[in-house]
Amino acid sequence: MDFQFTPEQAAFREEAARWIKENLPPGWEGQEGDPESPENIQVAREFRKRLAAKGWLALGWPKEYGGSTGRNADPMAQVVFDEVCASLDAPVLDDSSQPLGETLITYGTEQQKSVWLKGIAEGRWLWAQLYSEPGAGSDLASLQTTAVEEGDEFVINGSKTWNSAYIGADMGFLLARTSTDTPRHRGISLLLVDLKSPGIQVSKLPLMGGGHRGLVYLDNVRVPKANLVGERDRGWSIALALLDRERSSVAQAARCQRLLERLIALGKEVPGPDGRPVASNPVMRHRLAQAATEVEILRVLGYQVTWMQGQGYIATNEASICKVLGAEVLQKVALIGMQMIGLYQNLDAKERWAPLRGQVASLYWSAFTESVSGGTSEINRNIIATRGLGLPRG
Amino acid sequence: MEFNLSETQQLLLNSARSFLEQECPSTFVRAMEEDERGFTPELWERLAEMGWLGLAFPEAYGGAGQDFLSLTMLLERMGRFLLPGPFFSTVVLAGLPIAEHGTEPQKRQFLPPMADGELLMTLALTEPSARYDPGGIQLQASREGDQYLLNGAKLFVPNANVADHLVVAARTQEGTGSEGITLFIVPSNAHGVSQRLLWTVASDRQSEMTFHNVQAPRDGMLGEVHQGWPILERVLQQAAVAKCAEMVGQAEAMLGMTVSYASQRVQFGHPIGSFQAIQHHCANMAIDLEGARAITSLAAWRLAQGLHAEREVAYAKGWTSDAVRRIAALAHQCHGAIGFTREYDLQLYSRRAKANEVAFGDSDFHRERVALALGI
Ligand SMILES: Cc1cc2nc3c(=O)[nH]c(=O)nc-3n(C[C@H](O)[C@H](O)[C@H](O)COP(=O)(O)OP(=O)(O)OC[C@H]3O[C@@H](n4cnc5c(N)ncnc54)[C@H](O)[C@@H]3O)c2cc1C
Repeated sequence: MDFQFTPEQAAFREEAARWIKENLPPGWEGQEGDPESPENIQVAREFRKRLAAKGWLALGWPKEYGGSTGRNADPMAQVVFDEVCASLDAPVLDDSSQPLGETLITYGTEQQKSVWLKGIAEGRWLWAQLYSEPGAGSDLASLQTTAVEEGDEFVINGSKTWNSAYIGADMGFLLARTSTDTPRHRGISLLLVDLKSPGIQVSKLPLMGGGHRGLVYLDNVRVPKANLVGERDRGWSIALALLDRERSSVAQAARCQRLLERLIALGKEVPGPDGRPVASNPVMRHRLAQAATEVEILRVLGYQVTWMQGQGYIATNEASICKVLGAEVLQKVALIGMQMIGLYQNLDAKERWAPLRGQVASLYWSAFTESVSGGTSEINRNIIATRGLGLPRG
Repeated sequence: MEFNLSETQQLLLNSARSFLEQECPSTFVRAMEEDERGFTPELWERLAEMGWLGLAFPEAYGGAGQDFLSLTMLLERMGRFLLPGPFFSTVVLAGLPIAEHGTEPQKRQFLPPMADGELLMTLALTEPSARYDPGGIQLQASREGDQYLLNGAKLFVPNANVADHLVVAARTQEGTGSEGITLFIVPSNAHGVSQRLLWTVASDRQSEMTFHNVQAPRDGMLGEVHQGWPILERVLQQAAVAKCAEMVGQAEAMLGMTVSYASQRVQFGHPIGSFQAIQHHCANMAIDLEGARAITSLAAWRLAQGLHAEREVAYAKGWTSDAVRRIAALAHQCHGAIGFTREYDLQLYSRRAKANEVAFGDSDFHRERVALALGI
């Protein structure tokens, strides 16, 4: 057992941190204002281009698909990088290129790998995950979108919701039903869809915490058969493997850590109910200490999961543990922030009185979604109980 | 980063599992609850044969030269099977500090017989104030020519009823600070030492002790005069993490019992483990357990590597103390009434886990230390 980064990982961390600082806009202190504003998206796209040029959109990938050799071929390189990015508040795009690339490496045909991986490594597209439907959330396998074979193409009809298409995503990976006479999980296929195709219409759903999610309608959308990932009717397990990879709680822990540091600094300044700095209040001290403890646990668990995946172990149970804990920790840290700022929590980010540029309140409200998106905490607990502990299914 | 166990660690775990399964069934644990000493000499001999008593002592002193991380892995298994006896007090509380801070003659005198199973020891640290900070140490040591005289009381001394020697934390300078604390090694049968077993809920063997003009020779000092606190600080860190390891083992057992009970117990025509409320209780136990295991390993690893570990130790004991209490409560909840009976093994675990929760600092104590480490 060794909790230390290898010398190569440590060196990469340093290099990544240095490089990120050099390549962020001057004076960068994290996104200002609406993360979806055209300016913010522009900055994020620009940053991604530089990452692509550096070869860092393909960390840990095999060399022949645009990955690097040497130390960055380490499966841990991606998570090390994610952690550095999160701790420096590097701009993020709502995009699923990374997990898609890793999934194509495992499940794609040679032809698909040669067509898509290079472009993904170059950051050519923004990818949206088109799984959920208005009628299919936790029970994803009940999805109704259909893909019917016609000649060299699939013809898709249905609607997909809660995705990132609203941000101007170029491509989507979509789950559709390709057979109806098979057991539910057996008739589902994974298809890569150009979101500029005729028959696609995208609309935006505004969320309570700011930001949006996308709603995609597909009306006789034609997709070449070559865009089928894996075998027809066998997309379900691929889609789930992709979900497992979607989230690293290490990055989540780094985000929480960063916020916690800011809250500690803030707590030394803002007066509490008795007029003394709120961080000196014993209850507040213990809340902060508890949160710091949980953030560290989340980080260690996240590294263990990534390490397991890198070693080829199935880590579904462990990933679910990280997911549940990660949502709770983020929500807890955000709540501590709200408790610290009291009446100020009600101020909009635009308001000049808003502490930390409104970040605390905006995080608090957006953190609500963490225990729902990417599989709800209830569903993840079901997974831990049945897959992890082997309890009988209900 | 690397989370595989080494071959030696894997071997240790395997042999610990089969040995404890064989030698430490719950019938034995129950029998030892009624036993005055709390363990049997035969068992102790077997532990010596396994090489566990000297596992983390240097080879030069009869030990196996393994590190603190391996020791915590063993302790985790011992917690899993509730191994009774003075292993923790002898090895963790007395053996490790002697191995790390003892003089050459002290190491030669104490470590080999400890490793061979011929010598039992403990640390007399806490007093009726029940504090783990320097201010809690008020037992007086006054200089009398070539020796010191110890006067005062100790409380919650583990396994003092069977210990041959004691490490006693005493004040050689008045005050409440970390200066002026000195550690003395004294035989437990020294004139003026008295000991009485406490009645405890966990059926562990803790004692009340009084020291009346007990003679402590100067060469029996562990470390330098007035300089005992840094040694104790390290012992307290190791002990807190070692307790976490035991608790992880105990929690694993409680979760395992709960899962197997929930898979068998049928109500409304279905195993209760198929009901989601029960599944989520179990999932929450698993989350708490994996968190405790991860943070305990991190802290143990840092201590083994000789890295600064104040913060990680506090993370580990603070979290594990709460997590294992939650696990015990949910384990009982999922069992219904049967889990409250003496006959059922769950209570053996929940009583001990509760004692471990407060030993070497409860979660409030450690959260305060985290807060200090965070600079607030
Ligand atoms: C911010 C955000 C981003 C998202 N991004 C994407 C995306 O990019 N692509 C995409 O495809 N989807 C995305 N989603 C959708 C997300 O995957 C779903 O919201 C989620 O799986 C839950 O589905 P639902 O919202 O329909 O809730 P429902 O499934 O209707 O659940 C409602 C409640 O019922 C509970 N419940 C349901 N079934 C069970 C059960 N068996 N046992 C116990 N409780 C149960 C749930 O836990 C929840 O509390 C996103 C969602 C959010 C909030």
